[in-house]
Amino acid sequence: MDRVPLERKVLSENDRIAAELRVRFQEHGIFCLNLISSPGSGKTSLLERTLEALPRHDRVAVLTGDIQTENDANRLKRFHFRVKQITTGGTCHLDARMIERHLADWKLEDLDLLLIENVGNLVCPASYDLGEAAKVVVLSVTEGDDKPLKYPSIFFKSDLLVLNKIDLLPYVPFDIDAAADNARKVHPGMEIVKVSCLTRSGLHEWMMWLGQRRRAHKPLAQDTASG
Amino acid sequence: MHELGIANSVLEAVKTEMGRHPGTYPCKVGVRIGEMAAIDPESLRFCFEVIIQDTDLESLELGIEVCPRRHRCRVCGNDFIVRDYDSRCPQCASLETTCISGDELELAYLEVEEYGPSTVGAKSSQ
Repeated sequence: MDRVPLERKVLSENDRIAAELRVRFQEHGIFCLNLISSPGSGKTSLLERTLEALPRHDRVAVLTGDIQTENDANRLKRFHFRVKQITTGGTCHLDARMIERHLADWKLEDLDLLLIENVGNLVCPASYDLGEAAKVVVLSVTEGDDKPLKYPSIFFKSDLLVLNKIDLLPYVPFDIDAAADNARKVHPGMEIVKVSCLTRSGLHEWMMWLGQRRRAHKPLAQDTASG
Repeated sequence: MHELGIANSVLEAVKTEMGRHPGTYPCKVGVRIGEMAAIDPESLRFCFEVIIQDTDLESLELGIEVCPRRHRCRVCGNDFIVRDYDSRCPQCASLETTCISGDELELAYLEVEEYGPSTVGAKSSQ
């Protein structure tokens, strides 16, 4: 019996494509976010509020993933930015190849910001790198405040936690401080914003975070573009 | 829920690797899974058994090593296993610690056996 060392990632093919995408995004100065949450936490609503707040001339594109239907793309197209639906036909997450394929019709030089809405699922999307600069996890107050402890991987891997639907706090037993503590237990120092996509409360903090991260991402892109 | 896809990727990797070892057959493939990797080992094992069933790799064993989350203290340099999400350094109580492992999803090794007189018939009966 011989034991052959393999020493490579199981998802090396996905990771290879994701690494290529990351290089292409950097070359074109594109800041890419991967939004992840359970179904119904408000990823699409957060994108609606985001697109609504961005200037019309901003060079933004959205890829939105679902198992079936074009509903989310139709909701997001109202804002006149580039939007494309990815229907996975049953797959519970997006992978890097889907991103690569759905970007093919767009010229990357026309884009500065790419927002990817993953399939509603707190587990599987955590394993698939899409070439993003950062993952953002959305948790709504109608869920459990212990969710970060139950699904630690995605909270651990995300740069920002968006606590959504805070307008419902008076009506639900969700302890928002406990949720923040639990998220920071799993991911010490995790950044958190509290928003309501319905009343628009807290969205300024989210847009500030997005703006800061875009600006921080920019110098490298400009260096690459001029080189 | 994505363990079936992961199992397929492991099997594909085994098939690719076997191209480099003529005259042998694979007995066991070893994977490392971090406890923060969002993979359920039992679900992965089940999916793996299902996809090799009734194939010529039916006897292939899957070895799973679950890797705990480890942090390193930036103050005193101590490496430690994080339990119950408590990432405070057990040596100096600092909260300034960095994750160094625990989200592995890696192929570790493949065990191969040379075809002997007794295995040739069984393995090449197709």
